[in-house]
Amino acid sequence: MTKEETKELERIAQRIRLGIIRSVSAAGSGHPGGSLSVADIMATLYFKVMRVDPENPKWPDRDKFVMSKGHAAPALYATLAEAGFIPREELLTLRKFGSRLQGHPSMNHVPGVEMSTGSLGQGLSAANGMALAAKLDKRPTRVYVIIGDGEAQEGQVWEASMTSVHQKLDNLMVFLDYNGLQIDGSVVDVKSFTDPAARWRAFGWHVLEIDGHDVQAIHSACEEAKATSGRPTLAVAHTVKGKGVSFMENVADWHGKAPSKEQAEEAIKHIEALLDSAL
Amino acid sequence: MTDVPQKTATRAAYGKALVRLGEENPDVVVLDADLSKSTKTDGFAKRFPERFFQMGIAEADMMGTAAGLAASGKIPFASTFAIFASGRAFDQVRQTAGYGKLNVKIGASHGGITVGEDGASHQSIEDLALMRVIPGMTVIVPADAIETEQAVFAAACHEGPVYIRTGRSPVPVLFNESYEFEIGKAATVRDGKDVTIIACGIMVSKSLEAAEILAEKGISARVLNMATIKPIHVDAVVKAAKETGAIVTAEEHSIIGGLGSAVCEVTGAMCPVPVERIGIRDVFGQSGTPDELMKEYSLTADDIAQAAVRAIERIGT
Repeated sequence: MTKEETKELERIAQRIRLGIIRSVSAAGSGHPGGSLSVADIMATLYFKVMRVDPENPKWPDRDKFVMSKGHAAPALYATLAEAGFIPREELLTLRKFGSRLQGHPSMNHVPGVEMSTGSLGQGLSAANGMALAAKLDKRPTRVYVIIGDGEAQEGQVWEASMTSVHQKLDNLMVFLDYNGLQIDGSVVDVKSFTDPAARWRAFGWHVLEIDGHDVQAIHSACEEAKATSGRPTLAVAHTVKGKGVSFMENVADWHGKAPSKEQAEEAIKHIEALLDSAL
Repeated sequence: MTDVPQKTATRAAYGKALVRLGEENPDVVVLDADLSKSTKTDGFAKRFPERFFQMGIAEADMMGTAAGLAASGKIPFASTFAIFASGRAFDQVRQTAGYGKLNVKIGASHGGITVGEDGASHQSIEDLALMRVIPGMTVIVPADAIETEQAVFAAACHEGPVYIRTGRSPVPVLFNESYEFEIGKAATVRDGKDVTIIACGIMVSKSLEAAEILAEKGISARVLNMATIKPIHVDAVVKAAKETGAIVTAEEHSIIGGLGSAVCEVTGAMCPVPVERIGIRDVFGQSGTPDELMKEYSLTADDIAQAAVRAIERIGT
């Protein structure tokens, strides 16, 4: 990836962050923390890695993405808006009556949303089904999933993790958003969940550990996953919850509350300044 | 279907139908959760190994995987016992197949109390209620082998999630090749004018026996096979209420939330008549042979006939 490409992805990630803050602020509720933490992964996936066509969102050979941690809907919507699946101004309708942008992603409302999620732990199973179908139909489709670290407390994640390996789904890649925080506090305090890499390795996955805010590392991980045959790849993405908005970073409380108008303005000003700078 | 033996378990017909369906439709895939010999999906697994997915003992994961397959244009038949399909995996069915309006077919075998010796843990007496309440879910309980085969094909042609409940024990074959099952349509299997017995699944043959008992008493009973619990055939219920004035519902399920409730919702709203509900009366089952359990929980032809008499006595009171 060239320096210019890297910068462009970083700029897109910042614009996704702007979309997150603007939409959650307009909604007056939502989940900014875990949305901000995956912005760099989303930018890299949709603008460098995945083969998708906003003009033809149901293109049968497309790559697919499942936001298993459905409460990060603002990140998904902001990304889809950046990519041209939905108009940018629609982000301001998030969570409002009559909007397509439901509080958690609904596949029947929004073009580009491949699976309805929100009840945690279910996205990987659905992604496995998509990867199986792609193999049956001999399509080039690759399936990408983001799972939260708190979400990994759900047993179905591990049922599905066994399935991915058993079915040799090398057309599947998971990012674990390892930001260390969940609603009630740190993941380790809520239910100790240490060394996810070792856990998934023990399940038979090809596992990488990356800086989840480094778009080059994210891209390299995707390339390595593509080159891995016979088993699925999981990247433990070390991230910061609330990344990019200083007062939200590493504060569990920002898991599920909207910033005040003043706070949102401050965050937007900061991100816009970054975008205006040499970034 | 001259080669159909007189008694066949509907689960066996389900397995047989899947193989035939698989021959016709390459998009049909089957998933099972380590019960393929019991749910009878093993025939499909043998015939189409590349389209059969053994999911292990992980029903929640199976339903989610089925949703992903359906979202990719496949027609998955996710198969396990009714108790696990509806209970263990309720949230997965609701969140993905249901909310996603996905083309997932749930093949739920071993429905009801006649699972028998396995006991209450395996006797699904709540599944129809659980599935019926999910928006957009179609719920089918076939009465015999012929209807089961047709229901499987009808489900495959129907766009959206479908729950098909079959049974473990052999049941009489009631229909012949000329029978035409249609989702949402009740079939009059015996006409009558004094009372209507509305039944599903194995209770249809019991209801026909009950009609015989009633005939001996000079009571003319209509028997409706309400194979589709949802959407319930409203017109058939209203017609029965108006023409016979009394209704008995018969199901191998709790009297709460299943066929009896669905019928009462129609009569209560549109044409109130006495309704007697035959079903499990808000208790868990226990181990025993199917016959012992049918007696213990008042699900026999005699019980249905007595309920019919009670319903008729209540007319006008």
